[in-house]
Order: sequence, then C-alpha cells, then structure tokens
Amino acid sequence: MATEPIAEELAGTCVDSHGSAIGMPQLCADWIPNQVFWLVIALVVVFLVLSRIALPRIASVLAERRGTITNDIAAAEELKRQAAEAEKAYDKALADARAEAQAISQKTRDEIKAQLDEATAAADAQIAAKTAESEKAIAEIRASAMENVELVAKDTAGAIVAALGGSADAATVSAAVGNRMKG
Amino acid sequence: MATEATHGAEMAEHGADAGGLVFHPMDQFIVKPLFGDGAVGMFTITNVTLWMAIAILVITGLMVLGTSRRAVIPSRSQSVAEMAYGFIYKMVEDVAGKDGLTYFPYIMTLFMFIVVSNFLGLIPMSFTTTSHFAVTVVLALCVFLTVTIIGFVKNGASFLSLFWVSSAPLALRPVLAIIEIISYFVRPVSHSIRLAGNVMAGHAVIKVFAGFAGLALISPLSVVAITAIYGLEVMVAFVQAYVFTILTCVYLKDALHPHH
Repeated sequence: MATEPIAEELAGTCVDSHGSAIGMPQLCADWIPNQVFWLVIALVVVFLVLSRIALPRIASVLAERRGTITNDIAAAEELKRQAAEAEKAYDKALADARAEAQAISQKTRDEIKAQLDEATAAADAQIAAKTAESEKAIAEIRASAMENVELVAKDTAGAIVAALGGSADAATVSAAVGNRMKG
Repeated sequence: MATEATHGAEMAEHGADAGGLVFHPMDQFIVKPLFGDGAVGMFTITNVTLWMAIAILVITGLMVLGTSRRAVIPSRSQSVAEMAYGFIYKMVEDVAGKDGLTYFPYIMTLFMFIVVSNFLGLIPMSFTTTSHFAVTVVLALCVFLTVTIIGFVKNGASFLSLFWVSSAPLALRPVLAIIEIISYFVRPVSHSIRLAGNVMAGHAVIKVFAGFAGLALISPLSVVAITAIYGLEVMVAFVQAYVFTILTCVYLKDALHPHH
C-alpha cells in the first residue's frame, strides 16, 4: 500500500489509485501525444514497406502470372490448331488410301474377270471339240452297229432258209434282206 | 511486473469489497509504459508502441516475407497477400476510378494497418490501438486533409462545385450547399468515431461479460456470451477496416470527380 501514492502520481490523472481507468481512457489527454507519435511512425514504416517492397513485388507477380496464363492459352490454341491440321491430314490420307484401295481392288477384279473369261472361252472350245469328237464316235458306232445288224440279219435269214429246207445262195438272201431293210 | 501484481491484488481486494463482481471494462484501454512505471510522455515506449510494432511485423511478414518466393503458383501466405492486394486494388479502381489508383499505396497502408491492428486487438490480453480516438482521428484527419488538398490541386476552385448541387432546383441550392459543407466537415468525425467506437464497444462488452463470469451461477451463460460476442468482433474487426477503407475511396472519388 506504500506504493500507492507514487503510482498515482506517476500514472497521471487518468488512472485511479487501484490502477483502474477513470472514465474513458480514450479521452485521456495525457496519452494522446504518445499515441499520435507512435502511430505516425508506424504508418510511415508500413507505407514504406508496402510501397517500396511489397506492392511492387505483388504487382510483378500478378503481372507475371497473367503473362504466363496468356502465353499458356496462346500455346494451347496453337496446339489445338496443330491438332486440327493433323486430323485434317489424317482424314485426307485415309480418303486417299481408301480411293487407292478401291482402284486396286477394281483393277484386280477386272483382271480376274478377264482371266476368267479367257478360261471360260478355252473351256467352252474344249468342250465343243470334245462334244464333236464324241458325236462322231457315236455316229461311227451307230453305223457299225447298223452294218452288224444287216450282216446278222443276212446270216440269220440264210440259216432260217436252210433250216426250212430251202436252198438259196448267199447273194439272193443278202439282196432280199437288203431290200427288206431298205424298205 | 511486481507493481502489476500488487495492482492485481489491489483490484481483487477492491472487487471483494464491492461485493464479488469486478467490472473494469475500460482498463484494457489504459496506455502503460512498457519499461518502468513512470508517466507517459510523447516518446515513452508504451504498450501502444509494442502493439503497433507487432502490427508492422505482421504486415511485413505477410506482405514481404509471405511473397518472397514470388511464385507463379502462390503459397498460402502469398495468396493471402495477393488477395488483400487484389481486394483493395479493385475497391480503389471501382470506387475512385482509374486515376484513383495513384493513391493505392496510401489506401493499402491504411487498410493493412487497421485490419491487422483490429485482429491483433482480438488476442486476449492484447492492446487494441485502433480503439483509441487519438489513433483513428489521426487516420481520419490524414484522409480528410489529403483528400481536400488533392481536390483543390486537381480541380482548383471548381472543387467547390462539390457543394453546389447543380441537379437540384436553384432555390434549394444554397440550403443544400450549407448541408453539404456541414456533412463534408463532419466526415473526419464520423470516419474516426465509427472505427474506434465499434472496436471499443465490442471489447468493453466482452470485458463486462467476463466480469459476470465471477458468479458461478451465470458463468456458463457468460462464457457463451463472450464466445458469441467474440465471433461478432471478428467480423467487426474486418468490416470496420473495410468500411474505413471504402469511405476513404469514396472521399477520394469526390476529390477527383467533384461534379455530381
């Protein structure tokens, strides 16, 4: 309690003997110069720090970022353009290849058709020749068969005449048979 | 330190005499010398000095150290600094116009100092520099004087047309001019008292509720109320810094473009 008067004296008119504020400390005139002095110093320091170092740095970072973003967008557009070009080239190559393939297949088809036609014609000719040959052979066979029939008929007729007790020479019989067969 | 302990003891004794509840909501605003126990002179190093120095350190830490890597992809602190920059830059540009951007560093200084001081004041046991009229009046007067000087330098005598409402009927204009002049000179008053008043009131209310915590019966309610008011104060800390800054921009706009 001995310190009370000293504290009161030193603290001025704004603090009571218990160290509590008398009224509003905001209105204590004793403290105003101190606050104003330190405030001015603080504001000057903050202003210098911000305007000399912080704000230019942040501005440059933001500008750099904006530049980077703009560049990236430009690069992306360039890549997109290249991709579109590549796609166009691919489409063109594909169309070309398809046309070529069609041409090749058409040509091959034509060739095969020509070969086929040729082979068919050859086969037809062969078949016709074979047919003619066969027909000729058949005609020969038929002719020889008719000849044989006449011969057999003459022999048989001669034999039948002899068996019936007649007698006839071979020339008569064959002439008679020949007449019959003609008639 | 020893004297502080005795002060505490005295306060407790004092409170006990008064009947259990101790209310000293304004003690948190007392300006004290940091070293020794003497009177507070103009150049005395006080708790004001300490907390303004901490504010400077915080601002430097955020705006200078936080952006030291200059990364294109920002770190957390760098994006906070960039956000603050962009926030105020856009505010100045939108409110005061393109030619107001010349004064962007000044406005940024005001905003950073006020917002950091307000938030530092929310730390328990801290000292809130922006709760003192001495501080906010200086801030507001700086704005008022700067803006008035800019107005006259940029526009000459035609700056006075700010008070002559040409869109009003001629008969009303002298009356409006008087009202406009009064409102112009009231600006620094409202500008400063709005900030200090809001901050001081919130802190005092928290202290009053804290005083009620001495009674066991209502202490839970008191703690809940302190928490709620604290949340409100966090908002107030930012909103008042924002209001102070945007009003500065509005006044600057009036100085740059005084014609209605």
